[in-house]
Amino acid sequence: MSTIAVKRKGLGLGLVAWLLGIVFFLPIAWMALTSFHSETDAATNPPSFGAALTLDGYREFFGTGGGASPWPALINSTVASLASTLFVLLLALPAAYALSIRPVKKWTDVLFFFLSTKMLPVVAGLLPIYLFAKNTDMLDNIWLLVILYTSMNLPIAVWMMQSFLAEVPVAVIEAARVDGARLPTILARVVAPIALPGIAATALICFIFSWNELLFARVLTGVVAETAPVFLTGFITSQGLFLAKVCAASLVISLPVLAAGFAAQDKLVQGLSLGAVK
Amino acid sequence: MTATTMAPPATETVRTADPSKARLRAWATRAPLLPALIFMIVVTQLPFVATVVISFFDWNSLYPKARHFTGVDNYKDVLTDADLRHSVWTTVLLTVTVVLVSLVLGLLLALLLDRRFKGRGVVRTLLIAPFLVVPVAAALLWKHVLYNPEYGLLNGLLHYVGGPQPDWISNTPLLAVEASLVWQWTPFMMLILLAGLQSRDQQQMEAARVDGASDWQIFRYLTLPHLRRYLELGALLGSIYIVQNFDAVFTITSGGLGTANLPYTVYQSFYQAHENGLASAAGVLVVIGSIIIATFALRVVSSLFREEVGRA
Repeated sequence: MSTIAVKRKGLGLGLVAWLLGIVFFLPIAWMALTSFHSETDAATNPPSFGAALTLDGYREFFGTGGGASPWPALINSTVASLASTLFVLLLALPAAYALSIRPVKKWTDVLFFFLSTKMLPVVAGLLPIYLFAKNTDMLDNIWLLVILYTSMNLPIAVWMMQSFLAEVPVAVIEAARVDGARLPTILARVVAPIALPGIAATALICFIFSWNELLFARVLTGVVAETAPVFLTGFITSQGLFLAKVCAASLVISLPVLAAGFAAQDKLVQGLSLGAVK
Repeated sequence: MTATTMAPPATETVRTADPSKARLRAWATRAPLLPALIFMIVVTQLPFVATVVISFFDWNSLYPKARHFTGVDNYKDVLTDADLRHSVWTTVLLTVTVVLVSLVLGLLLALLLDRRFKGRGVVRTLLIAPFLVVPVAAALLWKHVLYNPEYGLLNGLLHYVGGPQPDWISNTPLLAVEASLVWQWTPFMMLILLAGLQSRDQQQMEAARVDGASDWQIFRYLTLPHLRRYLELGALLGSIYIVQNFDAVFTITSGGLGTANLPYTVYQSFYQAHENGLASAAGVLVVIGSIIIATFALRVVSSLFREEVGRA
């Protein structure tokens, strides 16, 4: 094949890639555009691409139009996601240390135990947890979700952090020890700088999974501890013309995940594949 | 990868003569692990044991006094009940379809993105976006904004070409759920496969090219064998997540029109029908299915893991 033909083929495939990228992104772009349309413009067929833009959908969503305010749900989701991510880090960091830098015997077995808990479907434990919560007055309590989200994300976090901490060269740690550095100093000066980007990515991925979770939240919360995804389930049945409002709600509630996901883009694969793919 | 990855540290080999001191040292090494380990056992293993126990009882929470041990009756009911059997079938169909289609699409996109072209980073970002929409929000987007027969975008676009105006969710409910899940999971597959493509041995590929191998030959004999485990990993992890899918079924069809999968059925049978025993038996069945997939998944993960350690 001549170089020109190769170049032309490359250009063509580049265009195909662009086209597919746009097709995949189209629903999101349309959701964003619709959220800025008035309800009547949002519900036309054929669609009105160039209709006037308005913030009415967002006003409706944030409750100034008389509907339920989403703020309690957004605050609950923030508390559940941030607190569970914090607990995950507190539990996973020492565990990962004991599985990489100063490993216990049979550390791979322990690592695989953590992974196997992730394979146990959520529905398997849902009923006992519900009954337990009911009998201990923990139903509709955001801290119950915090505990469950911590357990949901801990295996992923242990796997990810183990692989990040393992990247810290043992020789450097030994050298610091020989120079008389104590453990806290070694952790702060040697381990942290190398492992910090990975720890940050782990935190972002845990945040995403907690923020997205529906089944536990749906079963275990009610009016008080309702999270953002549960709030969204209020839109399942149609309520007349409400497309702009649905789009605004979906977009606002997805924004933290989109932001966290793009921030963690490079480490996303590693987190999603439980550390198996680098 | 640094050369020291996974290497056991030297301190482990230095042993004190005093056995009690050695034991103390072993516990000091184990201590940082214990909080996480105990937490996981209490929060994830105990409830499952309880589920297994409850699954052997006839227990409707509306009639708590009538609770009694029934042995394997719940399992018989689950396996003979037409609705429940149907939900097992739906779960299998939903999982297999979504995993296979998104795997093929993901492979296609990964191959395209593996080449250099203008704006590759932007296209990658556009393609990841569907995976970063909150699952309930994505399901609402498909249900109301795309599928709506009167003013949804799909029928709106069909209108331009004078096509029919089908009611997507009523006509093809399961397909409607599957399409929305494929849209969300293709980026996941693409990311894993792209990582696989980028870990190929470039020198080997270059050598094959110099020796006159065609693009197809390189793909068939070098790329595909290398990708095999990444394909397996994507399929297995995808299966584990999609077998458990609740959000899309709950949102798009509310389990109606024959789309109820096992997680939805478990949810429905204890949350609405208050049949605790039946729900638990169905839950145990989901676990058995997951364990079968998980055994394979763990094997693939551990082979990739060992390779990673071996490379060090």
